[in-house]
Amino acid sequence: MAQLSIRNLEKIYGGGFKAVHGVDLEVADGEFMVLVGPSGCAKSTTLRMIAGLETISGGHISIGGKVVNNLAPGDRGIAMVFQNYALYPHMKVRKNLSFGLRLAGEKKAEIERRVAEVAEVLEIGPLLDRLPKQLSGGQAQRVALGRALIKKPEVFLFDEPLSNLDAKLRASMRVRITELHRRLKAQGRSSTVVYVTHDQVEAMTMGDRICVMKEGRIMQVADPATLYERPENLFVAGFIGMPEMNLVEAELERGPEGHALRFGDQVLRLGPEQNARIAADAPKAVTLGLRPQHFRLAEPNDPEALAAQVGKVDFLGHEVDAHVTIGGAKFTVVLPVELFREAAQGGTIRLRADENRVHIFDRASGANVSLA
Amino acid sequence: MSQTMLDDSAAFDADAEAARHLALQERRGRISMILRYAVLTAVGVLMLYPLIWLIGASFKNNAEIFASPGFIPKDPTLSGYVKGWETSTPYTFGRFFWNTFLIIAPKVIFTVISCAAVAYGFARFQFPGKRILFASLIATLLLPNVVTRIPQYLLFSEMGWLDSYLPLWVPSAFAGDAFFVFMLVQFLRSIPPDMEEAARVDGAKSWQVLIFIVAPMLTPALISVALFQFMWTMNDFLGPLIYLSSVEKFPVSLALKLSIDTSEAFDWNRILAMSVLALAPSLVVFFMAQKYFIEGISAGGVKG
Repeated sequence: MAQLSIRNLEKIYGGGFKAVHGVDLEVADGEFMVLVGPSGCAKSTTLRMIAGLETISGGHISIGGKVVNNLAPGDRGIAMVFQNYALYPHMKVRKNLSFGLRLAGEKKAEIERRVAEVAEVLEIGPLLDRLPKQLSGGQAQRVALGRALIKKPEVFLFDEPLSNLDAKLRASMRVRITELHRRLKAQGRSSTVVYVTHDQVEAMTMGDRICVMKEGRIMQVADPATLYERPENLFVAGFIGMPEMNLVEAELERGPEGHALRFGDQVLRLGPEQNARIAADAPKAVTLGLRPQHFRLAEPNDPEALAAQVGKVDFLGHEVDAHVTIGGAKFTVVLPVELFREAAQGGTIRLRADENRVHIFDRASGANVSLA
Repeated sequence: MSQTMLDDSAAFDADAEAARHLALQERRGRISMILRYAVLTAVGVLMLYPLIWLIGASFKNNAEIFASPGFIPKDPTLSGYVKGWETSTPYTFGRFFWNTFLIIAPKVIFTVISCAAVAYGFARFQFPGKRILFASLIATLLLPNVVTRIPQYLLFSEMGWLDSYLPLWVPSAFAGDAFFVFMLVQFLRSIPPDMEEAARVDGAKSWQVLIFIVAPMLTPALISVALFQFMWTMNDFLGPLIYLSSVEKFPVSLALKLSIDTSEAFDWNRILAMSVLALAPSLVVFFMAQKYFIEGISAGGVKG
């Protein structure tokens, strides 16, 4: 069993700067947990504290039920893959893979067997006698992955492992890592993963659960669908999803037929589902959140249609991102390509928002008040 | 049709024009290159002349050395080498070369090991008082050597180490050469610490990281350190002069002076011949290590 448990973790640097503010996180055995956030959110620091490469200022970390705060990195049962591969430049791939085993005094035959096994899984057999400088980025990253795999650790730690690769390779490595994780899990081997990235595509596609961080605090921990559908606060709402969720200041009005949001000269009446979700104590000053994907062209005589002035239009091939102005507020709207011409005309189009997928955030606290 | 011919002739004119320009540029380039190399060669020969003269003069006889300023001996002789090698002491120069080796070898080894360890500590570990310690290390760089000679002499004299090689060896075993520590710290700072962290995750202790990961990555810089230490020790005159008193322990640098002291009329060709020999080891070692030495200077960046 290799569940990872982080309790009230803190990191305070020498100058008194507090980088991590009491983080609590439980990663179940075999779970793929992604830490995601903008740069400077302390996701890497948190990972490095788990690895034992940074000292812990407060709280504790336990792996498989054992508190590891004061253990050396090599004694924690972890393996780590670094952003810039961190292969030992003077050792051939074979030696790179087996370095940890050799230090541990493993028998030669066993080392050879495990090197061969890992080489087969990662298809790096032909590279075993090369030096790291003779490898391409993707090959080097596979070797780095192999160096982690060969140790049979309880917890795998990944520190932005794909950010040095080009887009195409990144996509294929994403699949490879996810499949590897699935395979380990199926074999009943320890396969708990903590994966740090700033790329939300990686987070959404790879993670069983995602932990969104900001300035050393956890904003929300949830599976990808929940994060997308039910963001708990403004930060998560704005961070997850592409293009970014439209966030516009609005007034929440309570009428006899339910709630409505007023922004500029426009009024957006909420649908029945959404009306039911709004907290009773929701304030008047709110931020309206609406994903660009949750707009559609309005029927000709729709009374709820919003008049949108089309500004710049980005043609992406499979869709069109139109930057529009509705009631004085700027929105990004994703439209089907067939509407490209119409949207590009620079005139006005009539849009209908999906009233049941409007998020309402308390403007003061940033909390989502439409989740009840 | 005529339009095409017109185009063709215009194109031809343009080509001819371009060819003329190219030829002109090439000629100018060649002239400027000849001028540049002429100046460089002249200055180079001027700077090397003393060395060339030294080598030439070592094959002259004593009378000729001061008679002609040229460097090609009229009547080449090896007597300078033969007699110089014998010296006026009971020992040959071979003994002095061996003594030099006895001083240099431990010193170079101690320096490389101790400086690498100290530089690793300063570059990679946080410990209380680190800034002050590093500042005082750098401060010793600024301290003139002469200032510490007397206290050092008294210290080693108290320890009974006079007339032995210990005063020459021991300081280097404790990273006494601040310059090398500084150089290695700078080199280490240019290497990202990720490889060392990976090794720690792989279960390496700090000393294993130093030996298996850091030292191999530092190799070019360590070779530079060894090379500098070799040449400086080879050329060191003051250190042996102060601490060594028996002729049988003299290194080459002292022995050269010895042949000036003891002969009444200096046999300059002997001294010059032995000087040439004394230069040889440094040159040989330098050219052998040159590849790594240059690598050490140029290989700053590590692929990220």
